[in-house]
Amino acid sequence: MRHLLTTEGLAADDATALLDTADELKRTLLGREVRKLPTLRGRTVVTMFYENSTRTRVSFEIAGKWMSADVINVSASGSSVGKGESLRDTALTLAAAGADCVIARHPASGAAHRLAGWLAEAGTSVVNAGDGTHEHPTQALLDAATLRERLGGLKDRRIAIVGDVLHSRVARSNVHLLATLGAEVVLVAPPTLLPVGVRSWPVTVSHDLDAELPALDAVMMLRVQAERMHGAFFPSAREYSIAYGLNEARLRLLPEDAVVLHPGPMLRGMEIGSAVADAPRSAITEQVRNGVHVRMAVLYHLLAGDGADRD
Amino acid sequence: MNEVLIRGARLYGEGEPVDVLVADGVIAGIGAPGVATVPEGAEVIEAAGQVLLPGFVDLHTHLREPGREDTETIETGSSAAALGGYTAVFAMANTDPVADNAVVVEHVWRRGREIGLVDVHPVGAVTAGLAGERLAELGTMAKSAAGVRMFSDDGHCVADPLIMRRALEYSTALGTVVAQHAEEPRLTVGAQAHEGERASRLGYTGWPSSAEESIVARDCVLARHAGARLHVCHVSTTGTVDVLAWAKGLGVDVSAEVTPHHLLLTDERLATYDPINKVNPPLRTEADAERMRQALADGVVDCVATDHAPHAVQDKDCEWAAARPGMLGLQTALSIVAETMVRPGLLDWRGVARVMSERPAEIAGLPDQGRPLAEGEPANLVLIDPDAEWTVHGAELASLAGNTPYEGMRLPAVVSATLLRGRITAREGKIG
Repeated sequence: MRHLLTTEGLAADDATALLDTADELKRTLLGREVRKLPTLRGRTVVTMFYENSTRTRVSFEIAGKWMSADVINVSASGSSVGKGESLRDTALTLAAAGADCVIARHPASGAAHRLAGWLAEAGTSVVNAGDGTHEHPTQALLDAATLRERLGGLKDRRIAIVGDVLHSRVARSNVHLLATLGAEVVLVAPPTLLPVGVRSWPVTVSHDLDAELPALDAVMMLRVQAERMHGAFFPSAREYSIAYGLNEARLRLLPEDAVVLHPGPMLRGMEIGSAVADAPRSAITEQVRNGVHVRMAVLYHLLAGDGADRD
Repeated sequence: MNEVLIRGARLYGEGEPVDVLVADGVIAGIGAPGVATVPEGAEVIEAAGQVLLPGFVDLHTHLREPGREDTETIETGSSAAALGGYTAVFAMANTDPVADNAVVVEHVWRRGREIGLVDVHPVGAVTAGLAGERLAELGTMAKSAAGVRMFSDDGHCVADPLIMRRALEYSTALGTVVAQHAEEPRLTVGAQAHEGERASRLGYTGWPSSAEESIVARDCVLARHAGARLHVCHVSTTGTVDVLAWAKGLGVDVSAEVTPHHLLLTDERLATYDPINKVNPPLRTEADAERMRQALADGVVDCVATDHAPHAVQDKDCEWAAARPGMLGLQTALSIVAETMVRPGLLDWRGVARVMSERPAEIAGLPDQGRPLAEGEPANLVLIDPDAEWTVHGAELASLAGNTPYEGMRLPAVVSATLLRGRITAREGKIG
């Protein structure tokens, strides 16, 4: 594996290998006082974030550091990007300075693909940490890791993704990965928040959350920005919350062992009730924890997997 | 006097080859091969059975001067036009400063005359500064030395229905045509690519077909009520063709153009994320492209216009959302039409003359372009080798910019010579 740009097209074997590595790393580090492996010593990883982020950036940074890579963080503000440097020039600069891997988040869909093209000659790996409304593959991998852990597997499990699918890179990455791993995916949203052509995706579509809940093994709530009502995607935050929010009453419609996921950041009271977010069946903090292991696994597969060829 | 003998050309690609003598800027004689005596000093073009058509007329070109002379100038754009077989081009108004007044349109017109490779007709802006809020001085531009015949805010839609109504009404007194870039702005906020399955999957914000169709429908109704002439720029959707057929059926005085890229390319290219494929309106589906070809053959869409849009490398070799929309077109238009229309039998060469010369000249009201190939007619001509093929390389095109989506493609039909009022402006891929 050279880059991780999408989960679309990621083979089931490769995805499973990544998840298995993440599990192994988690077990290895469990209970250790010093959480540090020497695997990526001498490797340089640069995170390049053109959008605000807490969990993803920190998670990648910790993942790199626990693998002993040198991790450098670049953000759009406080770098030459603020002086008008192009994405291409910034990437080539980082590669020339010795980055083995660039982890990029960018508001333009396809930005990671473009980076991979520009960096082909330099041999730098690219990890897509979220490109516009396209994909966020490590989020889908950490969701899959969490679901595997809680449910024992993904084959034939029924998982709903609820909310702003239209603007969600998390939803796109999850749809592809979950389908590849054999799960059934239901998208639940008002028609205005579903992409055109969604019926050609490997999913079923519903506008009725209450009808879907009793048959689910897991429900993944997506953040819904209240400002979307200005684009007339829904009439009001209140109406959205009433129809599609996962409140306590709705939680009771879920089977008892079903899992609640949220990629964060959460808008408590909007798409998810506060008590629901903190309930035992919610796996939201586990998702964050698994995120570190999954990202360690990704860096391992990209940077250590074929280390012999590279040196 | 400047005389040219074109030996053994097939007029409209039909019948037996004939010799065409050009003198004093007009077709002086057409006769059986070898019959005419070659005047002393006449330049001879051996056509060897190639296709002779009236010179092409492009209703939609961006020459970028004034303002972006790093990407194209009137001079380099004129070269590209001549090499592409054009004898007249309409230069869009979205320059810097905007061509919304007599000073700018006269500058463009004069530069075109000085260079002399193609008739450069400036398009005037419909609204001041292309802002869509108040009319530009249409009458002053029409009566200027540039004699503006077409107005357009191209790049922007004249979205306000009142402004569009007034522009249509006002232009009836001037005998001019309003060319609309049909894009409902509220339906295309942040739009990056054709709204459809591919854009959804790839995460592009969608540019829905309905944003074009709703404006075309509205404008046809406005034109009908105003008794005005409307031209629709770069139609791209199946629904727009339906609307045009309906409006023409009602007798609305509407004409429409399609670009070469909307005849050939589709949103399949979105998967590359390479903004060389970014254009406005966006590349649409295979079904839309198929319908464009059919509508051009049927005449529901009147003509081909290039929407030739040069852009600097830094405005294309970037992430998709940051890239400017547009692609080069002047030197590839003929070949794309040959590939998509002539090869499959949708148009013969007489049909090519109709969609690339005669109809655009009529729409713009050019009296000396798109004329029949007959004695006494202006010698605005293009000679085409229909059997030759060539490979497109952006760096080899005459434009300063190199943003062609056809890079590396092998295409049919080559311009052997272009004549503007009897003077050779391009020959065998070289100017003059």
